[in-house]
Amino acid sequence: MSITVRTFDAVIVGAGGAGLRAAIQLSESGFKTAVLTKVFPTRSHTVAAQGGVAASLGNSEEDHWHWHMYDTVKGSDWLGDQDAIEFMCRKANECVIELEHYGMPFDRTDAGKIYQRPFGGHMSNFGEKPVRRSCAAADRTGHAMLHAMYQRNVKANTQFFVEWMALDLIRDADGEVLGVTAMDMETGEIVAFHAKATIFATGGAGRIFYSSTNAFINTGDGLGMAARAGIPLEDMEFWQFHPTGVAGAGVLITEGVRGEGGILRNSAGERFMERYAPNAKDLASRDVVSRAMTTEINEGRGCGPHKDFVLLDISHLDPATIMKRLPGIREIAIQFAGVDCIKEPIPVVPTAHYQMGGIPTNYFGQVVVPQGNSKAAVVPGFYAAGECACASVHGANRLGTNSLLDLLVFGKSAGETAVEELRKSPKAHKPLPQAELDRAMARVSRIDTQKGGASVHETQLAMRRTMQKHAGVFRFADLLKEGVERIGEVRNAALSTEIADKSKVFNTARVEALELENLIEVAVATMVSAEARKESRGAHVRDDAPDTPAHPNGRDDENWLKHTLWYREGNRLDYKAVKLTPLTVDTVALKTRAY
Amino acid sequence: MDEQRRVRRERLRWHCRRALLELDIVFQRFWAREEELGDNDEAALEKLLALEDHDLWYLVSGRTETDDPQLKNMVERLCRD
Repeated sequence: MSITVRTFDAVIVGAGGAGLRAAIQLSESGFKTAVLTKVFPTRSHTVAAQGGVAASLGNSEEDHWHWHMYDTVKGSDWLGDQDAIEFMCRKANECVIELEHYGMPFDRTDAGKIYQRPFGGHMSNFGEKPVRRSCAAADRTGHAMLHAMYQRNVKANTQFFVEWMALDLIRDADGEVLGVTAMDMETGEIVAFHAKATIFATGGAGRIFYSSTNAFINTGDGLGMAARAGIPLEDMEFWQFHPTGVAGAGVLITEGVRGEGGILRNSAGERFMERYAPNAKDLASRDVVSRAMTTEINEGRGCGPHKDFVLLDISHLDPATIMKRLPGIREIAIQFAGVDCIKEPIPVVPTAHYQMGGIPTNYFGQVVVPQGNSKAAVVPGFYAAGECACASVHGANRLGTNSLLDLLVFGKSAGETAVEELRKSPKAHKPLPQAELDRAMARVSRIDTQKGGASVHETQLAMRRTMQKHAGVFRFADLLKEGVERIGEVRNAALSTEIADKSKVFNTARVEALELENLIEVAVATMVSAEARKESRGAHVRDDAPDTPAHPNGRDDENWLKHTLWYREGNRLDYKAVKLTPLTVDTVALKTRAY
Repeated sequence: MDEQRRVRRERLRWHCRRALLELDIVFQRFWAREEELGDNDEAALEKLLALEDHDLWYLVSGRTETDDPQLKNMVERLCRD
C-alpha cells in the first residue's frame, strides 16, 4: 500500500522542553525541521515542572559546576555516566543564559541577576552544605520555558504538526534511522516523515503505574517505538516515587504538609513512622517514608476497603495555619480525595514521578546500542533527549531541578550533533524500505479490524495495578517474579485490544489503543529489569538486598555497577559498564550514598 | 450523533488532555458523567480549554474566579461531584 511521504532534514517527535530545544538548534541552522506532537506544544508535561532548573551560576553565593557534578553522581548512586554528568553540569550556565536571552522571565535578585534558591541534594564544596543553585520563574518554570522556546521556534520557521501521533521508527537494513511513520489525528491519515535526522523527545511513561503524578499524555511513545525497532531500553528498573500522592488519583501532596506537622497513620490510627524513623518520624527522607508506607500496606495495616493506602492527617492543625501555609492543599483534598482535610485525613500512597531510564544515548544525544565489540555503537540518524532518553545523568535516582537541565542540555546537544551530521551527509535521502512503512500500517489496521479482543481501558488498568503491586517503590523477590509472569499476560491482551469506534476521523479510542501498545513495552521492560537486578541502588530498593556492613544500603558494586539493557525481542537482558571516567576531572570515587 | 458533531465532540475530548494531571482527572470525571452538551456548552468548553493549564487549574480549584458567565457556568459543571 502506498502512503504519502513528507521529506525533511530533521523530524523531532515531541514538543516538550527537549524537543523544542533541539528544534531551535536545527531550524536556526537553516535545516528544514518538522516537530510532531500529540498536543499543542505549550500543553506538554514540561509545564508541570515547578522547582526550577539547576545551574552553578553562583549569583547568590559561590558555586561551581564540579560541585554540581559531584552532587549529581552521588544522587545517581554512582550509576550515572560521569562523562555525561560532567558535560551536563558544565553546559548548565550556557543553556540557562541562552534561555534568558530567549525571553524566559526568571525571578531576579535586587541586583537584576537570576535569583537562585536551594533545592534538595544540591550542595557546595562536594557535599558540605546546601547551595542556592535552582533558577526558577515563580512556580511556573516549565511553563515559562516552553513558551520562550516555542516562540523562538516560530521565529525560526520550525514546522509544527500538532495532533499528530508518531507510530513507528523507520529503520533500514543497515540499521540506519530514516524517519517515522505518523498518524494525523484529524483525518486518520498515515504519513511517512522521511528525514536524515530523527530525534525522540517524547517524555516519560509514568502512566504504567496505578499511582502516578504524570499527566495522561505521558505514555512512553518513543520508548515503545524504539523497542519495536530493536533498540534496547536502558535502566528501566529505576523510577523515582514521591511518598504522598492522593490514593486513586496520583495528584501530589507537597512535602510541606508533613513539614507543617502532618502525620501518617495506618488503619489502627497508629503514627507508624515512629517505628521506622524514631527521630525524623514523618519528616524522614522520601525513600524511607515510601518504604514504611508500603510495608504497612503489605502487612495488612492499610486503610479503606482494599487496605491499599495510608492516611495523612492534618486535622489536628489550626485551620488558619492550613489555609495560610499550605495553599491549595484543601482544594486538592476535596477535589481528588473527596475529604476536607481540616476535618478528615487524606488517603495517600507512594506515587511514581520520574523515569530515570530510557533510550540509551551518549552525551552528544546520539542513540547508542551494543554492536560487534562495542557496547555503545551509534545508530546513524537517531537521537533522543529528555525523560525518554538515558544519557545517563540521573543513574539510579535524579536530583530535583536536574530534569529541566537535562532536557535543555541534551535537547541542544542532540540538535547540535544532528546539525553537524546533516552538514556532512549526502544531499539525497536514502530510500525508504516499504516493509517498515507496512509495519505501522499493519499495527493500525490490526486495531481497526480486531474482533473479540480485550478492552483498552481494562487492559490499561490491569497493567497499572500489576506494576504498582509488583514493581512499586519497595520491591520483593517473589512479587517481582510473579510480576514478570503477570505483565506478560497483560502484554498479550494489550497487543490484541479491540475498539468499538472504527471511524478514521479524530478517533481518540484508536489513539488510546496505540498508546497502550507503547506503555506495555515500558511496563515489561521495567518489570523484567527490576526482577533481574538483585541489589538495592538509588530508587530500586529490594527487601532481599538490605543495608548490611558488607553492602551499605544494599548496594552491590561488585556485581551490579552496570547499566541494564532490555530488548523487546526475546524479552532478554544485556548489561554495559557505567562510565566512571569524566571528561576532564578525576572520577568521583565510589562511596556510600548518605545525606 | 451525526459525523460532524461526533468529530467536534472527539476533538473537545482530546483537547481535555492537559499538561497537568489535576486537570486530566477533572475532565475525565466530567466526560464520565456523560453530560449533555449543547452547542453553547461546547462553545463554553472550547473557550475554557483555550486557557493556559495553570490558569485553568486555579479557576477549577477555586483559587481564582472569572467574571465571564459562560466560563463560570462551565467551571461549576466541571467541579460538580
